[in-house]
Amino acid sequence: MTVLVLLDHADSGELRATAPELVALAHALGDPVEGVWVGAAPLPAQLPSGLARLHRVAVAHDEHVAAVVSEAVAAVADGTDASAVLLASTFENKDVAARLGALHGAGVVTDADAVDLEFGHVVAGKTVLAGTWTTRVEVVAPLAVVLVKAGAAEAAAAADAPEVVEHAVAPSYVGGLVEVVERTERAGTGRPDLASAQTVIVGGRGTEGDFGPLEDLADELGAAIGATRVATDEGWIAREAQVGQTGVTVSPRLYIGAGVSGAVHHRGGMQAAGTIVAVNNDPDAPIFEIADLGIVGDLFEVLPQAAAELRRLRG
Amino acid sequence: MKIVVAVKHVPDIQADRSLGQDGRLARDGGDGTLNEVDENAVEAALVVAESAGEAEVIALTMGPDDAVDAARRALQMGADRAVHVLDDDAAGSDALGTAHVLAAAVRRIAQDGPVDLVVTGMAATDGLTSLVPAALAAELGLVSLTLAVDVTVEDGAVTVRRELDHADETLRTALPALVSVSDRANEARYPNFAGIMAARKKPVTVWSLADLGLSPDEVGSAGARTRILSAAPRPAREDRVLITDTGDAGARLAAYLVEHKLA
Repeated sequence: MTVLVLLDHADSGELRATAPELVALAHALGDPVEGVWVGAAPLPAQLPSGLARLHRVAVAHDEHVAAVVSEAVAAVADGTDASAVLLASTFENKDVAARLGALHGAGVVTDADAVDLEFGHVVAGKTVLAGTWTTRVEVVAPLAVVLVKAGAAEAAAAADAPEVVEHAVAPSYVGGLVEVVERTERAGTGRPDLASAQTVIVGGRGTEGDFGPLEDLADELGAAIGATRVATDEGWIAREAQVGQTGVTVSPRLYIGAGVSGAVHHRGGMQAAGTIVAVNNDPDAPIFEIADLGIVGDLFEVLPQAAAELRRLRG
Repeated sequence: MKIVVAVKHVPDIQADRSLGQDGRLARDGGDGTLNEVDENAVEAALVVAESAGEAEVIALTMGPDDAVDAARRALQMGADRAVHVLDDDAAGSDALGTAHVLAAAVRRIAQDGPVDLVVTGMAATDGLTSLVPAALAAELGLVSLTLAVDVTVEDGAVTVRRELDHADETLRTALPALVSVSDRANEARYPNFAGIMAARKKPVTVWSLADLGLSPDEVGSAGARTRILSAAPRPAREDRVLITDTGDAGARLAAYLVEHKLA
């Protein structure tokens, strides 16, 4: 049965990093795997390999409105008799998935880190309760909508775009009620996307607003930079850098917390990381309870020395 | 103006939380609390009501007996009355089932006058799916403007500002509508003594599924479209190392990253 993948992209048409991961994962759930492209952004010349077709859906309203996207996806799902839809697990896509669940009878799993087919049913793996429990969740509806976290699979390689099927979805009543007064897409930071980065360095109160040592080490490691709620509230770094339960959830191979105490809100957004390193001058900081490598020390000493040593080791 | 604010009673995130044999959250720990961002939802509802003048704020919750505590907190903050959907058959509802029940409750509330605005938090700290706001709106045929960091209601329309991973947006729609708020939307007020005393006299209406015209097989675990097959605590991290910097911790960090193929 057909498996659909929503291909998230910037207004420029550039694919989000999660899209090729979802395409790679989708093959575990059925065949063919087909892409869904909502809106008028230019198609990239290359798309993730393994897509049998691409469904491009022209919409009558602003393509950033969740109701509009969900109707576009539903139209393609109906037309292809799809059994599963994979989406990147972002807040925008959760709104899309919720509508697919409420209006189209789909079963929805959020924040999955694995998907598989067992006895014909989609089963998703996910960690819950701030990364402290792992669960396996079966979808028992005819249409499974799974929101997959960044980094859940190796990305599919790029290939020439497959056959494109054009669709047009009629104006939606609810979608048309939303007026997008203003929308500003942020330029990239020049670093990997925080939600999908393999390495994340997070600064907290202990940085006292100086992220210089973190930036320097991030350059060496190809890391994304994140922050705690305190650091964003202080205005030391943009709000979208906040890692935590109500901010970005990260599950990188390597997490480095610098001057991060490890409050439970923050842990909820990073505890699923593969390896956790913490540098903090307070030996009682709760983050040390979950750190694979904990360093009681001054981040302004430790981080520059680590960056210099990595440069030295690489000659 | 009539405003419904949906609130959830959740286990305290500072406490040890666990899943039971059935994969469901243990909700009987006794250290439950109002979901944190729901305080921001109540605050947002109260601010809108205060500026509207003639307005009623109704706190709506669903869950076992203890869940009424979440509604009571909303009453202490200033909500006018509360509705508690209490029914054993609602247990085990997934996010979509929860939205289905809440939608039925909002429709019932609207029987004695239309609901202009539904406010929720952006997520509950137990499930963290963030599905309920948009699903509830979809069930009610309403627009949902989610993740608001700023909410303004004027001239029969609601405008929200939201900050997404890749973009900042300002969205507007005519009422009625549903808004979900982030924890950055406002500073929730703390109930004062007068508020706590007044809340004791505020009515809490209890409705069963039957009162809402719902049959047990469309909600709860019977109606859920997802089923938890297994649940286990994550194994503790092994081989953990804690060192105190004596001048070479940076170099040791670099060596650790290289050794574990992380750099």
